[in-house]
Amino acid sequence: MTASSDPAVLLVAIDAALVVVGALCVLCSYRVIRGPTVADRVVALDAIATNVVAIAVLFALRTDRGLFVTISLVLAIIGFIATVAVAKFVDRGEVIQ
Amino acid sequence: MIRTLAIGAFVAAGLFFVCVAAVGVYRLPDLYTRAHSASKSDTLGSLLSLVAVGIAFGADAATIKVALLALFMLITSPTAAHAIARAAHDQGIEPWQRGDER
Repeated sequence: MTASSDPAVLLVAIDAALVVVGALCVLCSYRVIRGPTVADRVVALDAIATNVVAIAVLFALRTDRGLFVTISLVLAIIGFIATVAVAKFVDRGEVIQ
Repeated sequence: MIRTLAIGAFVAAGLFFVCVAAVGVYRLPDLYTRAHSASKSDTLGSLLSLVAVGIAFGADAATIKVALLALFMLITSPTAAHAIARAAHDQGIEPWQRGDER
């Protein structure tokens, strides 16, 4: 299936979904800036990372390129490693002992 | 036609759950409720978007990657939330209780 075989309605809907998810990233970044503790900020950053994975996946759907699925896989791996590393740093003060 | 409707429905459902997660991260009172919202709703929203992409690509090499990504997110997202919640608990952050201020 190519993007040209999709009805234009679906493409517009995916564009709208991309805009909404981007706006939700901004909403989560309020918690990154304001969050009282470091852990709050990390939770909000984890939510943003998941949202960015969703954006990359929707972009793969929009452009009909499998390449962006690979990109979202890399983004998911980086987000997971970053969150676990910060959690260990908050907990023990060092990442690799 | 059915396929287009299915893709649209899954994208809409994924968008709904991502919205729920973001509002939860914005509004909920303490770290543990926020982590719960971010880990569960956000994972489900991304997974539904992934299902939509899997339907759209059909029998293709990208669909295998979509399935692997779905499995990876299903495992790692709760793990990350658990790690950060345990770190916060070990640091002595108390859970919010009814009557506390937000």
